[in-house]
Amino acid sequence: MVKFDNKEALDRHIQELQSKKEGPEGLISLCAGPGCSIHGTDDIRGVIADELKKHGLSEKYEIRLTGCHGFCEQGPVMVIDPGGFFYPRVKSENIPEIIEKTLVNNEPAEKYLYKDPATKELIVKEADVPFYKRQTRSIFGNNRLIDPNNIDSYLATGGYSALKKALFEMTPEEIIAEVKNANLRGRGGGGFPAAIKWSTCRKHEGPRYVICNADEGDPGAYMDRGLLEGNPHCIIEGLIIGAFAIGANEGYVYVRHEYPLAVANLQRALGHAREIGLLGQNILGSGFDFDIYISKGGGAFVCGESTALMASLEGNPGRPKAKYIHTSEKGFRDSPSNLNNVETWANVPLIINKGAQWYASMGTDHSKGTKIFSLVGKVVNTGLVEVPMGTTLREIIFDIGGGIPKKKKFKAVQTGGPSGGCIPEEFLDTPVDFDELTKLGSIMGSGGMIVMDEGTCMVDVARYFIDFLIEESCGQCNPCREGLKQMMAILNRICEGEGKAGDIELLEEIGTMMQKFSLCGLGTSAPNPVLTTILYFRDEYEAHIRDKKCPAGVCKPLFHYEIDEEACNGCTLCAKKCPQGAISGEKKKPHRIDQEKCIKCGICYDSCKFDAIMIR
Amino acid sequence: MEQTIDIDWQKIDDIIDRYNSNKEALLMILQDINELYNFVPPECVPIVADKLGVRQSHIYSMATFYKTISLEPRGKYIVNVCTGTACHVRGAERIIEALEDRLNIKPHETTEDGMFTLETVRCLGCCASGPVIMINKDIHGGLDRSSVLNIIDDYKDNAS
Repeated sequence: MVKFDNKEALDRHIQELQSKKEGPEGLISLCAGPGCSIHGTDDIRGVIADELKKHGLSEKYEIRLTGCHGFCEQGPVMVIDPGGFFYPRVKSENIPEIIEKTLVNNEPAEKYLYKDPATKELIVKEADVPFYKRQTRSIFGNNRLIDPNNIDSYLATGGYSALKKALFEMTPEEIIAEVKNANLRGRGGGGFPAAIKWSTCRKHEGPRYVICNADEGDPGAYMDRGLLEGNPHCIIEGLIIGAFAIGANEGYVYVRHEYPLAVANLQRALGHAREIGLLGQNILGSGFDFDIYISKGGGAFVCGESTALMASLEGNPGRPKAKYIHTSEKGFRDSPSNLNNVETWANVPLIINKGAQWYASMGTDHSKGTKIFSLVGKVVNTGLVEVPMGTTLREIIFDIGGGIPKKKKFKAVQTGGPSGGCIPEEFLDTPVDFDELTKLGSIMGSGGMIVMDEGTCMVDVARYFIDFLIEESCGQCNPCREGLKQMMAILNRICEGEGKAGDIELLEEIGTMMQKFSLCGLGTSAPNPVLTTILYFRDEYEAHIRDKKCPAGVCKPLFHYEIDEEACNGCTLCAKKCPQGAISGEKKKPHRIDQEKCIKCGICYDSCKFDAIMIR
Repeated sequence: MEQTIDIDWQKIDDIIDRYNSNKEALLMILQDINELYNFVPPECVPIVADKLGVRQSHIYSMATFYKTISLEPRGKYIVNVCTGTACHVRGAERIIEALEDRLNIKPHETTEDGMFTLETVRCLGCCASGPVIMINKDIHGGLDRSSVLNIIDDYKDNAS
């Protein structure tokens, strides 16, 4: 790679890339994110290469392994350009037909197209798939065009043009003003205006630092991983622009150890950026020096908290400190430090390129731009979804997400991870932004959105999050450490059928105490999953305590399975599947469950096609 | 489980040198050692402390605070069951139960033969395929009780 020591040299390189006549005309974009890779992306790539060779097309088409496209439910996904042909759930054995029809005959391979489950219509193009069509993918949409391991592919899509604009056409103050006018708010969940942090940091003397929080610890959320793996350069570009605006010469990315591919792709991207002169001394001849280093987290959720993260960066256990002084004044190494989340940094190049006005045209009054959500759980279309702020929960879950699978009923959506809460059906038309979900007692958080159906027990969900938080609490302050333990003891006895009158009130009391007196954000928000489930699903708590029943059939001591003799047609499937041999009955006659042998594993319930297994 | 290992001190030195003996990089140094032996052998602690100029107690406080570090020997195969929220609502608990039954250990324990360690991890980001497990670096998805037991049996067969 050639190092560019001035802007013009880089401009010429980009022009060459964009006007390149030789090289492949077509692009086969194959998702290699973990969700698709577990279905064998690597093997599929090999088969595609063989088929291209067979048809003499190897020179004409590039096979590009990209980061996550977002539609994980249909993985592995493949898109062929020109034409934007979309093939979901690709299998090696279908590749020969797909390649022959699409590339040789120039027609879609109908058998393998995506079928809209709602209309049963076959859809040829990626852009027409309802899952994508209803999104606004201004950040995430580039993933499928970019080879994360090739900086040229980022440059060819207009990458680093915002950096050039920032370094050569704007002053640091103008950059901060642009970010302020765009009203960019922190995507990690706090929603704090980025420009305020940036200008505070800039005002304070000393070596300043910019830090990217890539310690995505919220269980069920993987938006940041999708960006880190698929488009690392957009985060790097954002960081360089931010560092220039703030006047920082060193940056850190604190990334989860559990994301090895993200670490590898980011490491490689940083190396490439350094090699062509976008990091290091005197970037593109602007006189600005800046470099970025990676620090790997150790699997501690609390390190998402700014002071804990900085303690961890310094080589200490990640214990939060009281924030009498903000980290933007005195943070990492006791110096002014500006911490933003992955997605916040990824928004920066977009704002600089397209302007604050364009950016602020998307979203609601106080939350601008788009937000990426990780739509998971009991939903038809699991995946990463990017929509303008203010899109309603219903649009996200039902229009984009395709609703609840297996004709089950929607029960709640959990947003904001362990700091958030569960929102019931009556609020599905709430526009999603920083402020609206807070009003409901939850938070938008970093973007985790876990859909729950009637088979999810809300008391169990609350217990799940408290269990998570007990493990993750750093243990410094009493309200969080002891409050969580006491909550857990109460929730455990409720789920075991030992709940007593007054338990709900006691949970509320402990929760309120924790909200008021915990040291850091982890503790103050920790009771949210309990408090919101009590607020919206109090009857379920009461059923556990008073009737000793778990209506959803999750808490084992509080339910058992029975076979509805009228619905059972004796197909014998459940008896064959039961690992305990607890189900007996003659063929074509109603079956019976031996309660002594049954371990309530639920396999019969999940496998019965006639809804004959009942929760009692 | 008793196990003695020969520590390759040259490799430990290389790891520390890779980070220029920087004490801010202690966590990553411990992670690299952990990767090498599947745990951080306690014999390494005084050496690392000396090279970085930190107290041994500081290293223990780091190793016990961060979950990715183990001070106990672990199995050849680390079975990480994802207990992220998406996997939880799709039945991760049942997967753990199945593994406990088959391996005869609880989470964070290692089988007597040193073959398997059962761990839980909060979200591997493969939520569409939940419930998922990761055995060393290989991810298996769409599991239920019987399929996860088949996978474990495959690993057992391969090992023997």
